[in-house]
Amino acid sequence: MAIGDIITRVDAPTKTTGQAIYANDVNLRGQLYAAFVGATVPSGRIVSIDPAAALAIPGVVRVLTEADMPRPAPSFADLYVPPLATRHIPLQGLEIAHEGEPVAMVLAETLEAAEAGARAVDVVYDAAAFTDPALAEPVDPDPGRGDYSFLDIAEFEKGDAAAAIAAAPVRIARTYTQPSRHSNPMEPCAVIAEWSGGRVTIHDTIQHVAALQGVITGVFGLEMDQVHVRSIHCGGGFGPKGFIWPHQILVPMAARVVGRPVKLALTRAEMYALVGMQPHMVQEVELGADENGRLLGISHIASNETGVTEDYIEFSTVPSRTYYACDAIYNRQYIRRGNVTLPTYQRSPAEGPGSWALGSAMDELARELDMDPLDLRLANYADVEPSSGEPWSSKMLREAYEMGAERFGWRNRPAGGTRDGHWRLGYGMADSSQGTQRYGSSARVRLRADGTAVVESSFSDIGTGSATVMRQIAADILGLDESAVSSREGDSVLPEAGPTWASATVISTGTAVHRAATEVRGRLARLAGWPADAVGVENGALTHEGEARPIRDILAEAGVSEVSGDGTFTPNGGEFSDAGPEGFPSRVFGVIFVEVAVDPELGLLRLRRATGVYSAGRIINPRTARSQMTGGIIWGWGMAAMEQSRLDPVLGRWLSKDLAGVAIPTNADIPELDVAFVDEFDERSGPLGAKGIGELGATGVAAAVANAVYDAIGLRVRELPITPEKILAG
Amino acid sequence: MRDFSYARAGSRAEALDLGQADDAAFLAGGTELINWMRIGINAPARVIDLARVEGLDAVEEIEGGVRIGALARLNDVAQNPLIAEGYPVLSHAILRAASAQIRNLATIGGNPVQRVRCPYFRANEGAPCNKREPGSGCAALNGIHDRHAIFGWTEDCVAVHPADPPVALAALDAVIVTDHPEGGRLIPVREFHVLPSQNPAWHDVLRAGELIVGIELPAPAPRSAYLKIRERESYEYATVSAAAALEMDGGVIRRARVALGSVAMRPWRLVAAEARLAGLAPDAPEVADAIDASFAEARPLSGTEWKVRLARNAARRVIELAAEA
Ligand SMILES: Cc1cc2nc3c(=O)[nH]c(=O)nc-3n(C[C@H](O)[C@H](O)[C@H](O)COP(=O)(O)OP(=O)(O)OC[C@H]3O[C@@H](n4cnc5c(N)ncnc54)[C@H](O)[C@@H]3O)c2cc1C
Ligand code: SF4
Repeated sequence: MAIGDIITRVDAPTKTTGQAIYANDVNLRGQLYAAFVGATVPSGRIVSIDPAAALAIPGVVRVLTEADMPRPAPSFADLYVPPLATRHIPLQGLEIAHEGEPVAMVLAETLEAAEAGARAVDVVYDAAAFTDPALAEPVDPDPGRGDYSFLDIAEFEKGDAAAAIAAAPVRIARTYTQPSRHSNPMEPCAVIAEWSGGRVTIHDTIQHVAALQGVITGVFGLEMDQVHVRSIHCGGGFGPKGFIWPHQILVPMAARVVGRPVKLALTRAEMYALVGMQPHMVQEVELGADENGRLLGISHIASNETGVTEDYIEFSTVPSRTYYACDAIYNRQYIRRGNVTLPTYQRSPAEGPGSWALGSAMDELARELDMDPLDLRLANYADVEPSSGEPWSSKMLREAYEMGAERFGWRNRPAGGTRDGHWRLGYGMADSSQGTQRYGSSARVRLRADGTAVVESSFSDIGTGSATVMRQIAADILGLDESAVSSREGDSVLPEAGPTWASATVISTGTAVHRAATEVRGRLARLAGWPADAVGVENGALTHEGEARPIRDILAEAGVSEVSGDGTFTPNGGEFSDAGPEGFPSRVFGVIFVEVAVDPELGLLRLRRATGVYSAGRIINPRTARSQMTGGIIWGWGMAAMEQSRLDPVLGRWLSKDLAGVAIPTNADIPELDVAFVDEFDERSGPLGAKGIGELGATGVAAAVANAVYDAIGLRVRELPITPEKILAG
Repeated sequence: MRDFSYARAGSRAEALDLGQADDAAFLAGGTELINWMRIGINAPARVIDLARVEGLDAVEEIEGGVRIGALARLNDVAQNPLIAEGYPVLSHAILRAASAQIRNLATIGGNPVQRVRCPYFRANEGAPCNKREPGSGCAALNGIHDRHAIFGWTEDCVAVHPADPPVALAALDAVIVTDHPEGGRLIPVREFHVLPSQNPAWHDVLRAGELIVGIELPAPAPRSAYLKIRERESYEYATVSAAAALEMDGGVIRRARVALGSVAMRPWRLVAAEARLAGLAPDAPEVADAIDASFAEARPLSGTEWKVRLARNAARRVIELAAEA
């Protein structure tokens, strides 16, 4: 099994046969089931809580309120927010920050009793006026309200964008909005916690095992070895399982109070209250260009909703300082506070929303210039990173444009508005691009006497194929067969890995695995008496100058039962994370072309076909990579055509908190998707030559769709999603 | 969820008998009832399972039409040749409802009894809603209501009935046949659902313990079609739907029956339009004017102006589709 081979996900058989054990499948002796009582008002105070009726239900053991809960240890104050999602933990006071926030927690011997108990708890509120963040005044983020401000920059200035735009012969100034969107991973969040002595074991479903371990030590004043976290399977992440949310703290707290294991699975509706969403956004984009389409100035000002406790920032202005060559760029991020759950990163953060606004604006500019939108991109091709002027680690977007245009037939596409019965056809394109994040990671590879190897690292496989790819990397270096390499992951007893988010897993943990396996190979060479840098591997054998010796024989002759190697990936300067190799800004790039059909009389919008071609470094496993890209394009189609969570203006609650009232794409909506990668090896990104791809596919899609709708019927939609009422209004 | 007792009826007579208990609910496919109990929309004391009742799931020819047993599964009805060939509008309406899995379980008798999909009505924790809690108000009226009614609403409820098959059945002038210890009834589908002006808390005219035994269709309508408009291609309720059954004289409409769905608390027949459609070619420009006659009574909410336009276009389009059927 080698890097570049097509390999089916190793977790597929257990998942498709229902044998995979998810957090909520774990059962512990003596466990209690928890159910939350959620606030029915979006703002105000708890006046009283009467648990009597709940306690009268057979099976209900305790009703915990803020009066029963311990307060966090002093070390809680030292935690960063994020990875702690919010410092506002429910059941710690009487104030209510948003509708659905837990005000009590019912513990019972059965789930049914817990749920019945939760309905029976009588809570009196003193409701206060609430603020709908969509209508709130945009203000500067306050760096004292959480640490989200430090994750990127809220204001960027290069040259004088306002003057450049004002002087430009061709200008556009437009505002683009998008709604709040909830991620709805198939598996809702679930936790089960058990204390034993002074130690706690937590089974969870998360994208970063070490983050939960760290937060729990901070909350309870423990050492790392007193907190054992397991997240063996994670049924989809998409963001809300990235940072650590209050329910993940409340469950171990409750378990400690009652001295029994406590188990909680969030209901679908609770996923709308207890974990974050992608925020509602307003983005103002101004572009100025010369007659040839060269960008003279870009201004991009964004504001996103946030909660009343911390300032979460959706850094959607990133694309306007990284996608196109331009000497005058201005970016500014504002926030709008209101009574909603704190938003969070969602596939694809920053560039997902940003590429929608910028990708639409570029299309509007192309129309203004009477220029093909692809030519406009080529006229502004960024050969170096625009904000810093530094060379890219690698970029083959020109090749991707060419290959994509060829595969899609962009240059000889039918005219927009071409009829097919009642349908009008439209064609659109946009750039896809996502920045790189890398996180400190470590891994161990153990080669055993029987010639099999195991990869050990605490990374979380959220269903994207991480475990498959890690095994593949180790097998490649050790020359082993697919079946000879296994892995252990998702457990805090293993060497610590960085998070599975920001498309970072392969470049971070993958590099650590590569180094660990290389270390093992070196030791093996030494055992064989060969120079470590001159050996090869082949079918379970080590080779040197035409000679081959089976690995098993080498170990047997040396009398060792196991050869193990450790590998680490350390970001620049020994930091927790970085954005690519020092001095060589790193991104992944691509282009998305779509054909849509619009029935203007019936308000219908359907995807006919799509081609995405990407410049994303070396592809380790074409199958899992393709799945990431098609999943991303579908995610983008949902964003473009249907997904939205709406806050009721009177009640301050999400209108629908389930998948019956919030449409996401079905199979019937998605035609065959054409996906390809440019052949590329990013030497600077590390020994793998690979980069992150998980977020790339979803960028640009919404803009390409909106651009295609304009092409089809001449209607420019600047407010997502593009639903029937907007098409009919055109 | 409240504890309830469960009884399995072995026959129609037993079902009727068991159904007379206080707070009893019939369980057919269970695709709606179980969800209601889970969300807290209702909490029957006694659930009477109809699964073993025999003789109520046939699709058979009767004098002048077809009778469908109430317990026939949606997919079985849609695929039955009597329906697929004789009443394509009904077959299409069913096949565009829910998902294949749900249609394998859901029954044609349970379908018209489904309740509104208004998000406030379906809220887990209970929002003000006169259909959920009579007298509590209507959250949709002052809240988000852009998928709500354009016909026949009152300030007490602005919801639409969401079901697809009843729209087709209304266009076909089908009749729901019921049984009850005090006597069964023949209820035209067009009169089965209750407008808020009659009672905002109710959905339909069924009495406690009244059992739907079948649905009777009059003469076949091979020239018929169903159009369902929704954001996504499958597994979603209609924003607006339209059903048409035409009788033609050469290229000209002799008789048209047109009903709209998801525009009111019941399938909405375009009676005024139907009268004007006679004598027109299905693609004649005058069709639009004929349809407009039925929109004189449209009264959109602030959020549903756009649905008026959509519903008009849908009515026009479905007439074309029916003519091509
Ligand atoms: C996710 C989802 C999506 C759906 N999408 C659609 C859609 O797009 N279009 C659409 O039309 N429908 C849709 N449905 C509704 C579905 O078609 C109905 O749930 C189904 O038809 C109800 O039939 P049932 O046999 O399961 O009824 P049950 O759930 O068993 O019963 C529903 C109600 O009818 C009563 N009842 C059942 N049978 C009788 C009888 N013989 N006599 C008297 N009362 C009876 C029950 O007491 C209960 O009150 C959807 C449902 C779900 C869950
Ligand atoms: S429209 Fe009807 S169902 Fe919806 S909230 Fe109002 S009363 Fe309830």
